[in-house]
Amino acid sequence: MSVAEKTGTAEKTGPAEKAPAPAREPRITDEHGRRVRVWELALRYLLLLAVLVLTVGPFLWQLSTSLKGPTEDIFSSPPKFLPADPTLHNYERVSETIPVWDYALNSLKVATANVVTNCVGSALAGYALARLRYRGRRAATLVFILAMLVPVEGIIIAQFTTMRELGLNNTLVGVLLPGCVSALNVLLMRNAFLNLPHEIEEAAYVDGANVWQRFWRIALPSVKGTLAVVAIFAFMGAWDDFLWPLIVLSDPSRFTLTIGLNYLHGTFANDERLVAAGTIIAVAPLIVLFACLQRYFFRGVGEGAVKG
Amino acid sequence: MASPTASGTRRVRRQLPTSPWLFAAPGLLITGAFILYPFVSTLVNAFTDRRTLVPGEFVGLANFRELLHDDMFWTGLRNSTLYVLGVVPALVLLPLLLALLVQKNIPGITFFRSAFYTPVVASIVVVGLIWVWLLDERGLVNSLLETVGASPVGFLSDQWLILLSAMAVTVWKGLGYYMIIYLAALANVPRELHEAAAVDGAGALRRFLTVTVPAVRSTMVLVAALSSVAAFKVFSEVYLMAGPSGGPAGEDTTLVMLVQRTGTGLTGRVGYASAISVVVFVVTVALMLLVLRADRKEES
Repeated sequence: MSVAEKTGTAEKTGPAEKAPAPAREPRITDEHGRRVRVWELALRYLLLLAVLVLTVGPFLWQLSTSLKGPTEDIFSSPPKFLPADPTLHNYERVSETIPVWDYALNSLKVATANVVTNCVGSALAGYALARLRYRGRRAATLVFILAMLVPVEGIIIAQFTTMRELGLNNTLVGVLLPGCVSALNVLLMRNAFLNLPHEIEEAAYVDGANVWQRFWRIALPSVKGTLAVVAIFAFMGAWDDFLWPLIVLSDPSRFTLTIGLNYLHGTFANDERLVAAGTIIAVAPLIVLFACLQRYFFRGVGEGAVKG
Repeated sequence: MASPTASGTRRVRRQLPTSPWLFAAPGLLITGAFILYPFVSTLVNAFTDRRTLVPGEFVGLANFRELLHDDMFWTGLRNSTLYVLGVVPALVLLPLLLALLVQKNIPGITFFRSAFYTPVVASIVVVGLIWVWLLDERGLVNSLLETVGASPVGFLSDQWLILLSAMAVTVWKGLGYYMIIYLAALANVPRELHEAAAVDGAGALRRFLTVTVPAVRSTMVLVAALSSVAAFKVFSEVYLMAGPSGGPAGEDTTLVMLVQRTGTGLTGRVGYASAISVVVFVVTVALMLLVLRADRKEES
């Protein structure tokens, strides 16, 4: 492949930003004004389309299955990609089979709460680690670094017994608590605050602003971008989480959407249309969120990977 | 610093001495109570016969001795290790190729980048169930195979095919994530390097191996470290594709699935599950050190 040939340097800020529109000349040129051979461009688009089919195709197939009516053959060979007579019948059936909207509401509650607690908790702690002087600051930083390194999958049983001791097993609060101020987010916010120039707070300090005012009025507005990343990943993390809610929740009336889907699959595995409709309900909100806020999703990958 | 001066006391009044701790308190409290305390308690429980409803007593190394004779433990260790071996090379290489494919700013490329990231955004449960249906005996993949005249494959009925399918799903879901990491790294590769190599008459593959790979090597190590730790702790993919009991005769059970199955429920053997968790910790740390050491050796 001759892909490595023309390395662009324009990609500093993240792939979501559009490059300057390619020159409208008879020949197609790249961002450096050099000509791109037509066959090479064609090959590139061909490969892109092939990968597109592989990555997005499965979602579309699931959507198509969910829209096929009870009389339509979903097992046909060769397969039929488009429903002959699209219907929302399967979505109705899901809500008659399991309380899917209650589950969605439970997921929404946990995810929203997770956004709030993570934003507040990690901004406060990150500020304390980056900007305040006190004895024990290094120790506090170390606590978060150690916590970040603990593999969550290895402590779920102990987390579960802890929740039992607190009487919070089988509650949404129990689902929320262990991740509600994640150490990774605290360290992300700490880095963001560390990167702020000291001068902007010094002026406020001279003017007599106390620590809360400096935090709220000056430091916090300057790290909005990182805060948005924390918020989005907190939402996605809670909405998508599976293992922990599976362990904590045992009462089907309190399930979140992912656990409800697993239950639906376990009980009605042979009803593919039904499961398909359920998965579309679970994934649609996040795809919409992603479509609107791509920039922050990509930025979060960069920041998270450096720390994690 | 040495003695409390007038300005020192003023400063204390301005910034109450407790306020830094008030700022850090929520984070420290949650982290302490729900991460560090469970971590320590896992280490302690591993040496007891604690059960969900029974406090348990110290039993020394009995849990670990039992592990040695527990076939299911060895099955889990085998599957989790195979998972690392199967998934990590694919997740180090494929996203890099994908990043090279979407790197150049040709028209419509932002759409492709976003589309390739979609599987990352979806929950693993959604992804798992989508593939359970695709790989079903009568699902899309088999009906396509049938269309071209091949006989259907029981992806989800054979012990090894289940594990292989789950690995494929893990790779499929991870592609977009690591692609973004590589894109950031590629942006820092100086263009002159490629041009010099091109002038020297190096072909595309040579340039990939002599220019691109060395330039993103530290990123490859990072991806190897991240993906190997994640792969060893695999749970959801296999749980969904093989079923809660781990496929035919439990032969697809992974270590974390075993932890979940052993330690939860009213009769859960917390002590024994904790001993398995300790093995997970040790292997995870060892994997990290292994990757980092391999990196250093190559560098020198």
